[in-house]
Amino acid sequence: MVKLIAKSAADGLLPIEIGQVRVEEIVAPMASLSAYAGKVDALSQSLKSTHGLALPEVGQTTNAGDVSCQWFGLNHVMLMGEEPDAALSEAAAVTDQSDAWCRVRITGAGARDVLARLVPVDLRDDAVPVGKAIRTDVQHMSGALARVGEDAWEVMVFRSMAGTLVHDLKTAMETVAGIAEMRDA
Amino acid sequence: MRVDGKGRIDRSATRSFTFAGKSYQGFAGDTLASALLANDVRLMARSFKYHRPRGVLTAGSEEPNALVTIGSGAGQEPNVRATMQELFDGLEARPQNAWPSLEWDVLEVNDLLSPFLSAGFYYKTFMWPKAFWEKVYEPFIRNAAGLGALSGQNDTDKYDKAFAHCDVLVIGAGPAGLTAARMLGMAGLDVILADESWELGGRLLSETEEVGGQPGADWAAGMAAELASMPNVRVMTRTTVTGAYDGGVFGALEKVGHHGPVPEGAPRETFWRIYTQRAVLAAGALERPIAFANNDRPGVMTAGAVRSYLNRFGAVPGRKIAVFGNNDDAHRTAMDLQDAGFEVAAVIDSRDGVSVPVDAKVFAGARVVGTKGRLGLREIMIDTGRGVRPLQVNCLAVSGGWNPSVHLTCHMNGRPVWEQSIASFVPTPGAVPGLVACGSAAGVMSTADVLASAARVAADVASDLGQTAPEAELPDPEGQVYAIEPLWDAGGKGRAWLDFQNDVTTKDVRQAAKENYASVEHMKRYTTQGMATDQGKNSNVAALAILADATGRGIPETGTTTFRPPYSPVALAALGAGAKGKGFAPERMTTSHAATVARNAPMIEAGLWYRPSYFPLAGETTWRESCDREVGYVRHSVGVCDVSTLGKIDIQGPDAAAFLDFVYTNTFSTLKVGKVRYGLMLREDGHVMDDGTCARWGDTHYVMTTTTAAAGQVMKHLDYVHQCLRPELDVSFISATEQWAQFAVAGPRSRELLNALLDQPIDNDSFPYMGCGPVSVAGVAGRLFRISFSGEHAYEVAVPARYGDSLFRMLVAQAEALGGGAYGMEALNVLRIEKGFITHAEIHGRTTAFDIGMARMVSAKKDCIGQTMAARPGLVEDREELVGLRPARPTGKLLAGAHIYPLDGDAVRERDQGYVTSVAFSPTVGTDIALGFVRNGRNRIGERLRMKDHLRGEETLVELCDPVFVDPEGGRLRG
Repeated sequence: MVKLIAKSAADGLLPIEIGQVRVEEIVAPMASLSAYAGKVDALSQSLKSTHGLALPEVGQTTNAGDVSCQWFGLNHVMLMGEEPDAALSEAAAVTDQSDAWCRVRITGAGARDVLARLVPVDLRDDAVPVGKAIRTDVQHMSGALARVGEDAWEVMVFRSMAGTLVHDLKTAMETVAGIAEMRDA
Repeated sequence: MRVDGKGRIDRSATRSFTFAGKSYQGFAGDTLASALLANDVRLMARSFKYHRPRGVLTAGSEEPNALVTIGSGAGQEPNVRATMQELFDGLEARPQNAWPSLEWDVLEVNDLLSPFLSAGFYYKTFMWPKAFWEKVYEPFIRNAAGLGALSGQNDTDKYDKAFAHCDVLVIGAGPAGLTAARMLGMAGLDVILADESWELGGRLLSETEEVGGQPGADWAAGMAAELASMPNVRVMTRTTVTGAYDGGVFGALEKVGHHGPVPEGAPRETFWRIYTQRAVLAAGALERPIAFANNDRPGVMTAGAVRSYLNRFGAVPGRKIAVFGNNDDAHRTAMDLQDAGFEVAAVIDSRDGVSVPVDAKVFAGARVVGTKGRLGLREIMIDTGRGVRPLQVNCLAVSGGWNPSVHLTCHMNGRPVWEQSIASFVPTPGAVPGLVACGSAAGVMSTADVLASAARVAADVASDLGQTAPEAELPDPEGQVYAIEPLWDAGGKGRAWLDFQNDVTTKDVRQAAKENYASVEHMKRYTTQGMATDQGKNSNVAALAILADATGRGIPETGTTTFRPPYSPVALAALGAGAKGKGFAPERMTTSHAATVARNAPMIEAGLWYRPSYFPLAGETTWRESCDREVGYVRHSVGVCDVSTLGKIDIQGPDAAAFLDFVYTNTFSTLKVGKVRYGLMLREDGHVMDDGTCARWGDTHYVMTTTTAAAGQVMKHLDYVHQCLRPELDVSFISATEQWAQFAVAGPRSRELLNALLDQPIDNDSFPYMGCGPVSVAGVAGRLFRISFSGEHAYEVAVPARYGDSLFRMLVAQAEALGGGAYGMEALNVLRIEKGFITHAEIHGRTTAFDIGMARMVSAKKDCIGQTMAARPGLVEDREELVGLRPARPTGKLLAGAHIYPLDGDAVRERDQGYVTSVAFSPTVGTDIALGFVRNGRNRIGERLRMKDHLRGEETLVELCDPVFVDPEGGRLRG
């Protein structure tokens, strides 16, 4: 009996650690939810009862343990960390996106300096508190950014560009580490 | 020479460096310029045009003369201002534009030819013979004139770009900038303070004046320490704000790694884009020289620069120094020199009856009108009003007054305004929204006034942003009054230089006026005044004052030229940082990439995607051999091709069917669940936008495919249609392109192959032509579509992308076992041309459904985007129509891009009948075949015409035919 072997988007590319920054891939189920007309409240309740999560506001992420729901654009949120419950389909278009994105977590004291080289958005605490979700450019790619901790960020780009994402992150991480080395010298 | 006990250099830290191949020593805290002066090197460069010997004129980023090349090899950096280059151990600097040496420069002959090389010379001189300009004159002039050069090799240095955000950007860290940044910081605002030097303090580092009862530099150091302790203040040293742009965005260049060796990974420079709510311009002022005969000799410097070298760097450019000015500020140079124990040879002040508080010979109401000394100043000529007398000096400190640094305030096309009291231009308030100038940049000259102005501006900015700045406790600086009487041209016999960098003299400007280049913008271009790296920082105001004089207009009426970014030069490497090599554009890789590359397939770029061209086998010598073989797989056995790059859009909602009926020309609401239909999409102007298949997955669920090229465009189009045209439709869509790895399995044995992998075998009843549905592929939930782009019995099978690599390897292995294998883009293209299937080669944006023979697909029973516009006169008659073309003789060559002409007469544009869009050699037909558009082509099948390729010079006799070359009945599809 033949069997298909699964490979993650950044298979063989991550994790990497340069200076004080570490990047690792997160492999977890992911599905987009898009409420049908007049069904936002229904989706919100359904999400609460099935996954224990509130429907995030624009630019927000909600969490319940390892499961999270991240705002992803006009009338789109991304449920991550758990297969979507079938009941959600009554209120929303549900589309499997588990394999569509390369999702990475960037951690460490220099993470923000690394991101400042790749994303044009304001990364100050007031503009991006923990729990904030943003759709933005990541170098030359269209992606998603979320702040998940004091020094922890998540970035998503299309799966096919995983190699470029790692290349761009690595270049920026080497830059930040090199500058820190100069400063300490 | 070095001056004991002066300067902020660290005399315990010596720094060895070379200049023009000779070794010297300086100290930490020196610039290259100060270290050279300390080593009695005055000659640092040759001028741009006349190769005149030149020394350093200034001590800042406005330096026009002392440009050097730093380093050697691939990353050598030309045109570095010696005044900005921090000294470090092992620094290697070379002079530019001189051969064989700085002292003996062959092209100094240009200086003797100067009567022929004045303003506009080449417009007049090199008129004849005409062909000589491009081939002889221009290359010669370009060689003779110039700045430094790049290495010509790939730059191995790293450059960096980054984004920063703040409430207020304070530009410049002199007394004004420090005061403003501290107040804004205390008001709780996020502040970025940027300064081009490595040390905060600005002019205070170069002056002896006291602020708050302590030396100005110490006061600045105290302020710097306080700012460093504020978490909301970010101090960026070695950072020049280079441009002001829309929306409060500023460009800034940080010289990260120019002051020593750079560790692995660190960049030379970072180009910052700083997003601000407000900005405070505290960039100070630049001193201007005075024009007089031969005022460009090494040793003639601005008076403020002489103070900088003395007070900040502990170096003087000579032992016998005279001071020449038209304002009180110049006197400070004489006082500082005297305090430091130097003899001041003379103070020459153009103003009558001024008193100068120094113990030196004072010439009031006098002017310097000439100099001597070929490689360095030896003597000056003083016109005392009662005759001209020489004076032996080796340095002349000149001050023609100070020009506020208005540059950034003009970057959005604002013009500065003339301020008579300081004989210079000051910023026009509001010229750049959100940017306010203070201190000397706003024309405020005494330190007390500068501090007060900065405090006022900071308080205003803070309250503007809803914060309150603390009550300003301004230190008491020493009083300095700035009195000035304009003096632009002191005259004398000989050329008086205005723009040192471009070798522009007062005579050039007057000549421009005389020849009616009287507008300041014309004068600039005629004389080249104000161009190149210093952008006229030293010469602009004086040049237009002289132009004003020559044209009889006032200075305000004459106006200024346009100040544009960048304020000081920015390396293109910094602007393009991160976009070199792999950073140039994202690379999109399919899941089969590794397996494909392992089979030595050459990859081609399709947009950002990488796709295999063909899969070579051992023994094959040309791509055609591989391609023909792969076509054979599909026609005779089975071929496998990764088609994941095609756009896939998941469309769901109660109104999904209605939505699709509106965006496609044909009807999708009637499509049965489990069926696929080919669809055509028009732009609003009635031309074809894209085509593809769309599957009905469920009652309210469709899966649309687009072409690879138009995936993004179609997604954008759907968003636009939904949000703007049909917001009432309850439908939602998201790209699923990357979710699925999808492979075409095509050929008579395709079903046999699939049944080896599907957990539930299929047959013609469960999966008829144009059927679709869920399948289990080796235990994985997948999707199967029976669609064909080759005309053969074919499928597309999709699994979640994580399994793509594995499934591709499995499919190819199975295909090979059946006498087939993987095929690439070349074979895919041949297969579709053989069937007359279109791609964006045919739907290139100017063709309609009518043109491609699909007019009947535009349903008349419903409205759709583009329908009305497609019916416009001119779009439905007398068009170039899609046809097939074949060579009249079997060996005839067809060429894409060639045009079609009648058999008789000339093949010229007026007789053009159409053009060829796609060409392939068809192993099935045995000849070249082509698709193309020919006027009224569908009614001309069988007609012979000429195919002429004017670019390649080829001509072939062709015959028009039906675009479907293989299996026109379509029997194989249903097999």
